[in-house]
Amino acid sequence: MSAQAKRAVVTAVITVAICVGIALYVGLYLVNVPGSSAATQTAAGTHLYLATVATAEPSDPHNTWVSYYVVNSASNDWRHDTTFQVPANTLVHFTIYQYDTSTGLRNPFFSQPSGTVGPVLIDGKPTTVVDPSAPAHTFAIPQIGLSIPLPGADSNAKNLCAQAPCSLSQAHHTVSFTFRTPAKGLYRWQCFVPCGAGFIQGNGGPMQTVGYMGGFLKVV
Amino acid sequence: MDDKPHFRNVALLWLLSCVIMVPIVVFVIGPGLPPGNGSVQASGQVTDNTVLLAVATPVALGVLVYMAYALWAFRERTPEVVLDGPPIRGNASVQFWWLVVTTVLVLFLAGYGSVRLLADGSGGGQGPNPIAVPSPPKGTSVLPVQVIAQQWEFTYRFPTYGGVQTRDIELPANTLIRFNVTSLDVIHSFWAYELGVKADANPGVNNVAYVTTKGPLTFHVRCAELCGVWHGYMFNTGTVVPRAQFAAWITQQRVQYAPATKNLPPYSRTYFPPPLRRGG
Repeated sequence: MSAQAKRAVVTAVITVAICVGIALYVGLYLVNVPGSSAATQTAAGTHLYLATVATAEPSDPHNTWVSYYVVNSASNDWRHDTTFQVPANTLVHFTIYQYDTSTGLRNPFFSQPSGTVGPVLIDGKPTTVVDPSAPAHTFAIPQIGLSIPLPGADSNAKNLCAQAPCSLSQAHHTVSFTFRTPAKGLYRWQCFVPCGAGFIQGNGGPMQTVGYMGGFLKVV
Repeated sequence: MDDKPHFRNVALLWLLSCVIMVPIVVFVIGPGLPPGNGSVQASGQVTDNTVLLAVATPVALGVLVYMAYALWAFRERTPEVVLDGPPIRGNASVQFWWLVVTTVLVLFLAGYGSVRLLADGSGGGQGPNPIAVPSPPKGTSVLPVQVIAQQWEFTYRFPTYGGVQTRDIELPANTLIRFNVTSLDVIHSFWAYELGVKADANPGVNNVAYVTTKGPLTFHVRCAELCGVWHGYMFNTGTVVPRAQFAAWITQQRVQYAPATKNLPPYSRTYFPPPLRRGG
């Protein structure tokens, strides 16, 4: 084989390798979407349990970031999913175990729950508004007008949960509410508290990355 | 070089195409140009876009007609003998008229644009001290509406209605609206497409834009400044409704959001949330 032919072969092999690398990178990026959890259907209705925690579990690639999790009713099965699958045009009951401490709302307007069917219960008490400095997070789906403030756990409590997973024996608030799901489609949800500690304006990191303080409501 | 009257031919063809196309642009295409006739300012923008397109049409036709004519008239009829044309060096007449025509066009556009902007601001954000302040329709007063942008939703505050803040926006018909646009975090841009309003929302800045609404209308609001991961979802729909319907709506909003209104800071043109609420 001549030197010129060898150069041509080497060039072709390198070109193919680069193309395969780019294709793999793009392909893996496209299929690497955050996990999805479906709401549980019971005789009592459709229910989804969530939890918010100050930092994700140790094995998470961003284990210093605040995050939402899908849990079970006993808060002992934690899954790092932020796409929630729910049926269309249905009353869905949400319960959120909120383990993080307060940051406060940037816009006090979000201190009032809205978009629910029936009352919002915080630790079992119907709540029409919270102190705007109290929320650690909110759960909001702006497209349907849903906005729920989630008060922070007592920062002086001795049993605070600093990292996922947490248990119900640790300091937390339980926030429950019901809303009617919209028509089929993909709706984004997000937190409106600037809770990305360590980032400019508190709105970087987990606030700018799907899979932590934002995700989708997949209505099917 | 043959001695055919090419300049005259091109000029006649250009004139003919202008006589046909300019009226089509003005009377057929123009009325359908964006952003429509949802407000006085939007209608003004349609007029402006029509004028600009009408001015640009002869220029574009000049280029296209000359190119088409050259392709046809100067084509090589005996391809086996390819000869270049004689060089042209200097033509004072062409240079003079080129300068005259382009200068007149540019000065006209600068003058026209300035006059239109000074007339009513044309729906654009004018900063905290607007120069162009349109007059409200007879028998009405200006309605101030504050647009508060935050990652990633617009909310609206009505200082003349108890400072209530709302998630949706409804506006009364045939009314001059003063939008005071600000942001609580990064730079956003309030773009109410059908109303012809577009104003940047900067943190710590009160950006004023005026619009005079017309009849009932549904309009779309979008953020027009890339502002983070959910920028593409930062939109909502607003409506222009008869005044009585607006009065009923704002009363209902005041009742609905009374608890949140008690928590709001006093109305201000800008807001600087406490550091804790800004820093995570």
